Amino acid sequence: MITRILKTKYFAAALLLLLPSVASAQDVLNGANTAWVLTSTALVLFMTLPGLALFYGGLVRTRNVLSVLMQCFSIAFVVSILWLVVGYSIAFGPSELAYWGGLSKMMFDGVVVDSLSGDIPETVFASFQMTFAIITPALIVGAFAERIKFSAMLLFSALWTLIVYFPVANWVWGGGWLGQMGLIDFAGGTVVHVTAGIGALVFALVIGQREGFLTAPIMPHNLTMSFTGAGMLWVGWFGFNAGSALAADGSAGMAMFVTHISAATGALTWMAIEWIKFGKPSGLGAITGMVAGLATITPASGSVGPAGALLVGLSGGVVCYFATTYLKQKIKIDDSLDVFPVHGVGGIVGTFLAGILVSADLGIFSGSGLAEGVTMGSQVMVQIIGILSVAAYTGILTFIILKIVGAITSGIRVTQEEEQMGLDITDHDERGYSL
Amino acid sequence: MKLITAIIKPFKADDVREALSELGVSGMTLTEVKGFGRQKGHTELYRGAEYVIDFLPKVKLEIAVSDELSDQVVEAICKAANSGQIGDGKIFVSNLEQTIRIRTGETGNDAL
Repeated sequence: MITRILKTKYFAAALLLLLPSVASAQDVLNGANTAWVLTSTALVLFMTLPGLALFYGGLVRTRNVLSVLMQCFSIAFVVSILWLVVGYSIAFGPSELAYWGGLSKMMFDGVVVDSLSGDIPETVFASFQMTFAIITPALIVGAFAERIKFSAMLLFSALWTLIVYFPVANWVWGGGWLGQMGLIDFAGGTVVHVTAGIGALVFALVIGQREGFLTAPIMPHNLTMSFTGAGMLWVGWFGFNAGSALAADGSAGMAMFVTHISAATGALTWMAIEWIKFGKPSGLGAITGMVAGLATITPASGSVGPAGALLVGLSGGVVCYFATTYLKQKIKIDDSLDVFPVHGVGGIVGTFLAGILVSADLGIFSGSGLAEGVTMGSQVMVQIIGILSVAAYTGILTFIILKIVGAITSGIRVTQEEEQMGLDITDHDERGYSL
Repeated sequence: MKLITAIIKPFKADDVREALSELGVSGMTLTEVKGFGRQKGHTELYRGAEYVIDFLPKVKLEIAVSDELSDQVVEAICKAANSGQIGDGKIFVSNLEQTIRIRTGETGNDAL
């Protein structure tokens, strides 16, 4: 008995000795966390290359398939270089200002083999975040597909990522003002989906409808390709959401599971609505609902529970479905591949729901719990401020950037004749298929 | 000689070929085509919206036959391609001036 007490005492003393090193534990590299974030980085890049490229590529007409693949890949090339030069610094630099990270980490200045970010190498953290910066402008491709000038697309994507994406990433994740307010956005409901969605909406309004929009059916040329890409998006999204835990832990595990449930629920919801309305569930409807479910859970994936994910997926499926038909059929905006109604609206719904379903007082639908001293009402207010400020900033800046790009490339749109011929030939002198 | 052009439903193509083989027709050309008549088009779904597709897939058969066989061929196609539904297709019969078998240079009925 005495030895036992002694042992306990020794143990307590040993613990006390350990304390200083516990406090600085974040300065020690954690191999498991590093391995998971490395893996997630590859998964998120896989979402764009080739996931999103194939998903979008299948949805356009035969004569434009290559242009869409080329747009997605080119955005990855350009944004990667931008990230090295200035993007990482703007988004995650150590500036004291709450609006951007400053320029002290330009060209990855000071980022060396041994630099750590938390308990993972800074290179790993920066690479992981880079893949988010790549997919966000690539999502907007869906708004201007089949009629954009390649030069205008490239210039727009570079400027937009620089002026819209990098600062917003700082606001939410880089220590900026929205993060300080306590906005819940685990993996990019506002940073990725609201920015891409609003950017797409403004772009679609500025560039105008495609030739023959709503008068003749503009149907996907290869849904097999879109299904392939959709599958890659689903799998890649595990890296997107579970990777955002930046650790191989329970939070990552929960994020992965709720992501999966929301995707399945979103798909089933969209299928059910089409089945009831038209008598048949379409394949494209199923994968669109799946993406809606994934986009909607993204901001909430770190705070909702498994049953909450069911509500998130259901809301995403229903709201995104009606947003899609409303935008195209009623107000006739040709956001060609429905970026705003699926990603933008999904991101908004998810960011909003995260403020409610995070609560630990919802019985089976409880989430991980509100932060101390925060009520559901105040959290929801923060979520709404986050959505509105990101949407307003993105909308205004996207419009200005488009005007600048249009002036430089003398118009952002190809001629009517070029549009009819298809962008594969007019922009690249190639064809996607020589069957 | 007659050139018989039949536009039929794709799933009836094999039935028609069998019926014509029984009559002694020894060759034909099949092309996958699209078109519409009284059947009109059909609808396709695109993300919660229905679009009308005007042109439906059909099969076009071209058969060159002797004058004597012409009526029997038309009758056989009518029978084999008939599903009783709207959209079963049409048959066009036209006069054929000449037929030449490339390999041997045979002409007329000998080349059929």
